[in-house]
Amino acid sequence: MNPIIEKQDLSENVVRMVLAAPEIARKRRAGQFIILKIDEPGERIPLTIVDSDAEDGTITIIFQVVGKTTAALAAMKAGDEISDVQGPLGNPTEIENFGHVVCIGGGVGVGVVYPLAAALKKAGNRVTSIIGARTQNLLILEEEMRKVSDRLIVATDDGSYGFHGFVSAVLQNLIDAKERIDRVFAIGPVPMMRVLCDVTRPHGIPTVVSLNPVMVDATGMCGACRVAVAGKTKFTCVDGPEFDGHQVDFALLTSRLRMYQPQEKQSMEAYRCKCHGK
Amino acid sequence: MENNEIKPKKEKVPRHKMPEQDPKIRIRNFNEVPTGYTEELAIAEAKRCIQCKKPGCIAGCPVDVNIPGFIALIAEGKFMEAALKLKETNALPAVCGRVCPQEDQCEKVCILGKKGEPVAIGRLERFAADYERRSGKVAVPPRTQPNGKRVAVVGAGPAGLTIAGDLVKLGYDVTVFEALHKAGGVLVYGIPEFRLPKAIVEAEVDYLKKLGVKIVTNAVIGRIQTVDELFAEGFDAMFVGVGAGARVFMNIPGENLSGIYSANEYLTRSNLMKAYRFPEYDTPIARGKNVAVIGGGNVAMDSVRTALRLGADNATIVYRRTDVEMPARIEEVHHAKEEGVQFKLLTNPVEYIGNQEGWVTGMRCQQMELGEPDDSGRRRPVPIRGSEFVIPVDTVVVAVGTMANPIVPATTPGLETNRWGYIVTKGDSGETSRKGVYAGGDIVTGSATVILAMGAGRQAAKAIHGYLSGE
Repeated sequence: MNPIIEKQDLSENVVRMVLAAPEIARKRRAGQFIILKIDEPGERIPLTIVDSDAEDGTITIIFQVVGKTTAALAAMKAGDEISDVQGPLGNPTEIENFGHVVCIGGGVGVGVVYPLAAALKKAGNRVTSIIGARTQNLLILEEEMRKVSDRLIVATDDGSYGFHGFVSAVLQNLIDAKERIDRVFAIGPVPMMRVLCDVTRPHGIPTVVSLNPVMVDATGMCGACRVAVAGKTKFTCVDGPEFDGHQVDFALLTSRLRMYQPQEKQSMEAYRCKCHGK
Repeated sequence: MENNEIKPKKEKVPRHKMPEQDPKIRIRNFNEVPTGYTEELAIAEAKRCIQCKKPGCIAGCPVDVNIPGFIALIAEGKFMEAALKLKETNALPAVCGRVCPQEDQCEKVCILGKKGEPVAIGRLERFAADYERRSGKVAVPPRTQPNGKRVAVVGAGPAGLTIAGDLVKLGYDVTVFEALHKAGGVLVYGIPEFRLPKAIVEAEVDYLKKLGVKIVTNAVIGRIQTVDELFAEGFDAMFVGVGAGARVFMNIPGENLSGIYSANEYLTRSNLMKAYRFPEYDTPIARGKNVAVIGGGNVAMDSVRTALRLGADNATIVYRRTDVEMPARIEEVHHAKEEGVQFKLLTNPVEYIGNQEGWVTGMRCQQMELGEPDDSGRRRPVPIRGSEFVIPVDTVVVAVGTMANPIVPATTPGLETNRWGYIVTKGDSGETSRKGVYAGGDIVTGSATVILAMGAGRQAAKAIHGYLSGE
């Protein structure tokens, strides 16, 4: 059992939660994730560890309400307990002083890129961060990102705040301005990561993406999270979650992420009905 | 055994069948298939045992159950005593009575089997263990005086649970670390409810907790703590029983299409996550109409019978050799056939075909024939030229084996493994290349049976006791 210590709505359907998980807090490194299961009938879902406090024994997660589990999680409050939290899982991000790195987060992906930016900054990199959202009130962690970046550029799809356009256009502008970029970390929705990889590929800029496919055991046993990287099958839970974005088969990732769409919809509708019935 | 006491005059009683759910009904539910002996049937079957003076059956059991002893008690109607007799040497009798391959072990050497059918030892074991559990009066032996030594067990599967039970009874402070959210290992994620009800596993795990075993779930050793960190924390010895649970695929084109599962994923979703009860339980599973299961072992049978129960119109075993070479237990194949599972033998997939959404729609197969024997002694399947054909499928389960769980070996410096990633041990003791670290079960042998893993746990318990008590 892991109690929820703190809960905060970051935007309409993005929630930040601080959980008590002392061992994980002590051990976790940037880039790693947990598997969380709310209750006995619950599903096991992977969530990136955004931050941790070894002294307090807490970890922070940020998630977007996309299905039944995340909706039910968002309905929980501080003091409630989560039945199962397993981690830290996956390989930590390879952190070294690369020089100038660009950390890009889209939507709830900003939560995932934040610990990377923080660790990269600490390792001596010059960090440019680009964060984006559909519109201003969906933007998260602006202040936090600003603190760990040498430069922060905000973009919104509708132009309500910052640059009017996609984060990929911002990156393209930096490249066009002949900025030297040693490595890009791109985390967000699959189409965004795919486009960012298309932007960096012609320039040979190493681009790391963090993938979030369906998982079950998350220790290499089931193979649910398999992805194709450079034509080879890889298991995100033990081989990832970060991969060379230029080698990832995003089309396969997209179709596998849709595998349970009908059931996810059914689950969500049943959950909504139950909630309204109360 | 030559001096056995078969009395020629005695009328031969045939082995008693265990009542079962009708195949037509059971393929619509996940309840257990055999319903177990009644008291009358159990006594009648127990009376078939001739109580050999030199019983071969005990030697046939990897955990040395006193078989004639517990059977004699059943014959006398002393069912609770029979259960206690079992528990003297077997930590999980209700499980073993169900999933042990008795036909290759105790029952294989039963003297009655020479001229007729052996005593139904497994069914009697199951009966006694079930009787005790259902009575609600499971006796817990008094706790042994603690000896102050701490042992960590990594993996709460059959090997780990057995060694934990053995060591706690000797006075050790035992903590079992389990990666998943529930203890039981393959007993909870692998074996389906209709073959091993999960309530039974839970009861056996609860019994161990009552004995004083501590179980920590959600603890992936190698990630949350390494073996070395556990030593630093004060554990005096360690047992690694993490199993061979890693998925194996065939690496053929199209294998990553949606609708294609490893048997591990398919069974874990259904068994551990209870996806067969979706949407009451949150985890979904594909309820395919045309399901092909690749492989011929027990895991393949478990998968194909699960597919039927999830509503498949066609549930087919696709196996590259013939039924003679099939590694599954005869009982499992028999149950599968009764339930309407189809068998495409001498058939091997070479490619999967998908639709625009990336979902599997067909499986291109090759017809095979048997050639010369290979290393395993079985005749090698050889493809027949120009024999390719396509089977329409919407769900595929790949059940062609598993491999070593790599996380503990990869994070434990100095722990020697072989080229397949299995931990190397010295003899039966489970002693590894690392002082104080013992290993057993599938992580040493590769995938085998529940009872062999339990036997390995038993041996390692003796070895660890020897090591820590200086005997």
